[in-house]
Formats: sequence, C-alpha cells, structure tokens
Amino acid sequence: MAIINVNPTRMELTNLKRRLVTARRGHRLLKDKRDELMRRFLELVRENKSLRRQVEESIRGANAHMAISRSLMQREVLDVALLSPKQHMEIDVEQDNVMSVMIPKFKTKFSSSNENDIYFYGYAFTSGDLDTAVKGFHDILPEMLRLAEVEKSCQLMAAEIEKTRRRVNALEHVMIPQYEETIRFITMKLDESERSATTRLMKIKDKMLAEAHNYAV
Amino acid sequence: MYRVAAIGDRDSIYGFAAVGIEIFPTDSSDEAGRLLHRLSINDYAVIYITEELASSIEDVLDEYKDRAVPIIVPIPGLSGNTGMGMKSVSKSVERAVGSDIIS
Repeated sequence: MAIINVNPTRMELTNLKRRLVTARRGHRLLKDKRDELMRRFLELVRENKSLRRQVEESIRGANAHMAISRSLMQREVLDVALLSPKQHMEIDVEQDNVMSVMIPKFKTKFSSSNENDIYFYGYAFTSGDLDTAVKGFHDILPEMLRLAEVEKSCQLMAAEIEKTRRRVNALEHVMIPQYEETIRFITMKLDESERSATTRLMKIKDKMLAEAHNYAV
Repeated sequence: MYRVAAIGDRDSIYGFAAVGIEIFPTDSSDEAGRLLHRLSINDYAVIYITEELASSIEDVLDEYKDRAVPIIVPIPGLSGNTGMGMKSVSKSVERAVGSDIIS
C-alpha cells in the first residue's frame, strides 16, 4: 500500500494520527449504518415481493373480467361508460427519514367518500363483468399504493446501501491502511533521525575530548 | 397535493379510471416517454405503467429511479405478465447486496 506523500515531521505525524482516529470512527459508524440499512432493506424487499405478487395476481383477475366485459359490450358504450369518473384520488407525499434515506409515505384522499361512487356509470348498457373488474381494481388499490411506496423505498435504499458500502470499503481498504502505513513511515524516519543525531553527538563529544586531552581516538 | 396516473394500452388501464386514477392511454414507447416527462413535472406522484410499455423504455425509467417523485410502478397489462416488475425488485436487491439473495 502506497504511503501518502508528506514531510516526515512531528506535526504531520500528529495530524495523521488525528485523521486516523477520525477515519476509524467514521468507518465504524458507516459500517453500523450499512448493517442497519441492510436489515431494513431486506425486510422491505420481502414485503415488496409478496405485495407485488398479490397485486399482480389481483390485477390479472380484474383484467380478465375487463376483457370479458369488453367483448360483451360495444366499444363505444364502454368508452362512454368510463368517460367521466366520479372518484378522484389525491395523495399527499410525506418523507420519512430512515438512516438518511428519505422514503415516501402516502396519505390518500378521495374526492368522494361514498364507496359506491366507483360505479359511476349507468348499469343498463354495461355488462356485469365491468362491475366485477372495477371492484377488483378498487379492492387492490390500497395494496397498489403501498407497493409504490415500498418499491420506491427499496430503490432508494439500494442506492444508499451501494454508496455506503463503497465508503466503508474505501475507508477500510484504502484510507485506514494508508494512514497506518504513513504513520509508521514517519515514526521510523523520526526514530532514524534521532539515532543519527545521538551518534553525531557521541562522535562530537569524542572529538572534543580528544582535543582537550591531546590523545588520539 | 399529488395525483396518480396510469400509462399503458387503453384496454389494460381503462378500469383504473373508475377508482380515481387518471389514465393516459398510449401504445407507442416514444409517446410514453414524453408522457412520463410531462406527468413528472405536473405533480403526479405515482405513475403505474404496463410492463409491456415499461420494458420498452427501461432507460427512461432508470432516470427516475433515484428521485423521490414520481414513483413509477410497472403493473401487468391485459396481455399478461412479463415478469418485469419482479425483475426490477431483484435488480435493486442485486444493487444493494451484490447478488440476488431473495428469489
């Protein structure tokens, strides 16, 4: 592992030591974040899968009825029947903070509270299968909205986990070893220069003594 | 306040109109891409799109993946289930974990 290109001074050493401590702490925190995110993510993904299975199943059922009603009714009649729905849905999107991931939370509001307003067409010229299909769609609506929530949360969390994992790995395998290596390098360099200073002093002392007492070393 | 939309071929999404979802029938993928863009700047929070159409504009969908809104959810259409929705779930697992561990 390459060392960082710095001057081997005592000041750099203290700086590096401080940075190493920060890096270690950051690494530990990020690792915890990653683990917690992963736990929640796996929970959500399981919910996502089962919800999706359920929603797809129900939509397929409703669609089958829709197909039958379409074949039983004239195209124009069906188009007119579904032309101006009574029910309108509005949703409020709130954001929930889960480990710094903003996941969406819905609040649904319907324009009409009467549940039967989903059958807004005249019954005289429409097939009964249309009612069944519409009922099917209506019944699965809460799950469909929940699915949207969960699926988005999963996508956002997956992105965050990926980012966090990269950071953890970068700290663990690049930054921290680099700091450690550099700190060792500076320590050795400083020790070395200390030793050379000591030997130089000893040498000078010898020379001075020799000069003072006039004897050869 | 946000609204909810559905994009897809007419027959697949017509039923959603009854329950309060606004429908935007289209068959072409170009049109769908334009619609998505228009809906995303017009306060639609959730957009359901038929899997058939979704799989033809996957690169457009990826642009919206990291944004909070709109949420684009593939749903099976009248022509059946292509498994694209499930695949996108697996894809996010793969992105997070490295491999699809829940199958």
